[in-house]
Amino acid sequence: MERLRKYGFIAGFLVVPVALYSVFVISPYVQAFQISLTDWNGISSRLNYVGLDNFGGLFEDEVFWRALRNHGILLLVLPLATIVIALFFSFLLNLGGGSRGAGMRGVWGSTFYRVVFFFPQVLAVAVVGVLFKAVYRPDESGVVNGVLVKLGLDPVGWLIEPDLALWSIMAVMVWQAVGFFVVLFSAGMAAIPKDYFEAAALDGAGRFRLFFSITLPLLRDTVQVGWVYLGIAAFDGFALIQVLAGDKGEPDGATTVLPVEIWKTAFSYSKVGYASAMGVALFFLTVTFAVLTLRTTRRERIEL
Amino acid sequence: MSHPGEITRRQLLHRIGMTALVAGPGAGLLSACATGGSDEPATPTASSGAATSPKNPFGVDAKKPLKVTIFSGGYGDAYARELHEELYKKAFPGVTVEHNATQQIGTQLRPLFVSGDVPDVVNNSGPEGLDLVALAAQGHLADLTALFDAPSVDDPAKKVRDTVTPAVIDNAKIDGKDLVLNYTVSHRGLWYNARLFADKGWTPPKTWAEFTALGETAKAEGIHLFAYPGQKGPYYQLWNALYTAAKIGGNQVIIDIDNLVDNAWNVAAVKQAVAAWVHIQAKYSDKSYFGLDHTQTQVKHLQNKLLFYPVGSWIENEMAKDKPAGFEYAIAPIPDLTAADAMPYGAIQVGVGENFFVSAKGKNPQGGLEYLRIMLSKEGARGFTEKTLNLTVVNGAAEGLALTPALKSAARAQDAAGQNIITDARFEGWYKQLFDYGTEQINVVMAGRITPDEFCARMQARADKIKKDTSVPKQTRSQ
Repeated sequence: MERLRKYGFIAGFLVVPVALYSVFVISPYVQAFQISLTDWNGISSRLNYVGLDNFGGLFEDEVFWRALRNHGILLLVLPLATIVIALFFSFLLNLGGGSRGAGMRGVWGSTFYRVVFFFPQVLAVAVVGVLFKAVYRPDESGVVNGVLVKLGLDPVGWLIEPDLALWSIMAVMVWQAVGFFVVLFSAGMAAIPKDYFEAAALDGAGRFRLFFSITLPLLRDTVQVGWVYLGIAAFDGFALIQVLAGDKGEPDGATTVLPVEIWKTAFSYSKVGYASAMGVALFFLTVTFAVLTLRTTRRERIEL
Repeated sequence: MSHPGEITRRQLLHRIGMTALVAGPGAGLLSACATGGSDEPATPTASSGAATSPKNPFGVDAKKPLKVTIFSGGYGDAYARELHEELYKKAFPGVTVEHNATQQIGTQLRPLFVSGDVPDVVNNSGPEGLDLVALAAQGHLADLTALFDAPSVDDPAKKVRDTVTPAVIDNAKIDGKDLVLNYTVSHRGLWYNARLFADKGWTPPKTWAEFTALGETAKAEGIHLFAYPGQKGPYYQLWNALYTAAKIGGNQVIIDIDNLVDNAWNVAAVKQAVAAWVHIQAKYSDKSYFGLDHTQTQVKHLQNKLLFYPVGSWIENEMAKDKPAGFEYAIAPIPDLTAADAMPYGAIQVGVGENFFVSAKGKNPQGGLEYLRIMLSKEGARGFTEKTLNLTVVNGAAEGLALTPALKSAARAQDAAGQNIITDARFEGWYKQLFDYGTEQINVVMAGRITPDEFCARMQARADKIKKDTSVPKQTRSQ
């Protein structure tokens, strides 16, 4: 009776959110799996099952492989660049000033920088896109190219050169993500007891030594979570690529990514079945990545 | 996981299955809700109870409300709200019209077509327009034959089909049936600033040699001869290249491409046309345009930084807000590329556009047909031209209206072209995947990263792939 009352109480709280979650999150996922086995066009009222044909088609689709290649590059570069830069900044903001009096300090003006770093995170992705469209504009009216032209250099086609486009977009993604991870890592660093730093500093450890021997090992869990977040972001890029490069993977497929392809295949080409197959593939890619990352980087916890 | 960056991806996954949740009350049933509904055969223009008469040829029941959905893009929606719907209400006193304007036709209407609660009249336009071929296959589009054969509003002795330009009937067909009404007429060619040309003493070039010579003159003044927007609007250049190919080889070039004829892309006319434009781009334009969108490029045009811009007669209205007083839009035909072009100098593309259809499975298809008949009346068409500065397919509807300089120039060019009208490329609507691929590849070839031959080969390969794809319904045209 006691148990029933306890669980009934919990269930009472859970029933609404779970119902909403099943209707708005679980059921579309389940349905995507179902639709991926059909050749549904988005309008027809009957489903015509075609087995695994859509998945077979994926393997022969050069666009799909090009998207995977781009996701691969994003997956390698985006987390690494963001985490390195964010760690560097958060170290400077929290511990870079060395020990003064009780505990560690950040560099001078760190509270101000902290706010500045977080700015990009506050902006909507679409706003960031429009902003960088002006920054990357390929003629002398562009923010970057305006400076280059003033210096007597040729303007650079940041988003229209096949070798440059994805990197330009990645730079925006990193720019936007760094602020969030600076805050995340700062919180992690704040949780590290000050005594460790003081002890190490007394033993004559410099800032590099402090960072690599104390801060980084103790931040391991936070960095790992950040890595998974950024890895998942590397499978996205939808809005930014849509605004900056367009929806056709311009130039020359350099910015082809799965979310944009799914959207186009489903809603422009009315191949909802095939698009769902891509969605299912994307789902498994993301889940596999997350599980692999968490498994391979598992290690015994360090007790603080 | 609730990382902010994940939201868009997740929303996206939702949207794919999401039609379901918007569509049906059966959303709680985890599966099959996206595709609920019935597959009843279409019964367009079945008797509605009201009697038919010459004034009311479809037997519209004034008690039934009419639902109208308008794409509020470049033309706005005032022409429907303030004009066509008012005319409809005047014809049937007491009737209610539900007006709905959106820029996201597909996103808004797709779930309605699955669930069955469809608007009676749809202006299917914009980047998110619905796939008409797919809708037709499901019997959602009402047959417009009854409309074309109905007496016209202005002269009951004349059928509607005799009051509109013949291209309307050609372009109405999907799977051999008249299902779509194209309402506007546009003139496509090379648009330039007539004032600038008058000031400088230049005339539009008639041959390719004159064209490149003008390019040299313009270059000396720091002006680009030609540019198209590589972002968002590269299809302007795809059109331009195809129209040039049709000028060299005749309209059959485009008809063959539309019909997915073997090696239609590999003919000499297409290669010549693409090569000629690649040369112009390399020598008389600038690579920065590959990264500018249509508005940015059009503003540069208004600033006289480029001479010729490949677009249609809607440009004047589109840029009306930004247009300085010293700028006057005028259309120039594509110059002669060879001495033996199939079409002589003066040929321009005149096409119909802006799709309207009536839902066969809606509650009031008769009202929908009547609404289109009212749109095709002189009063309806004339009002449209007044409100949007664009011509309609209705013959003589703009007579006596004070036309803008651009429309006057287009009318003169059409007179000069006579029978030499370049046809429209219909694979844009029929095989969107091929068209999208073309708009992407045209940038690649124009930037010089592939040769014109490679461009044609790639387009051919993609066309062959579409031809083999049994899931894509095929269309054909004879003229």
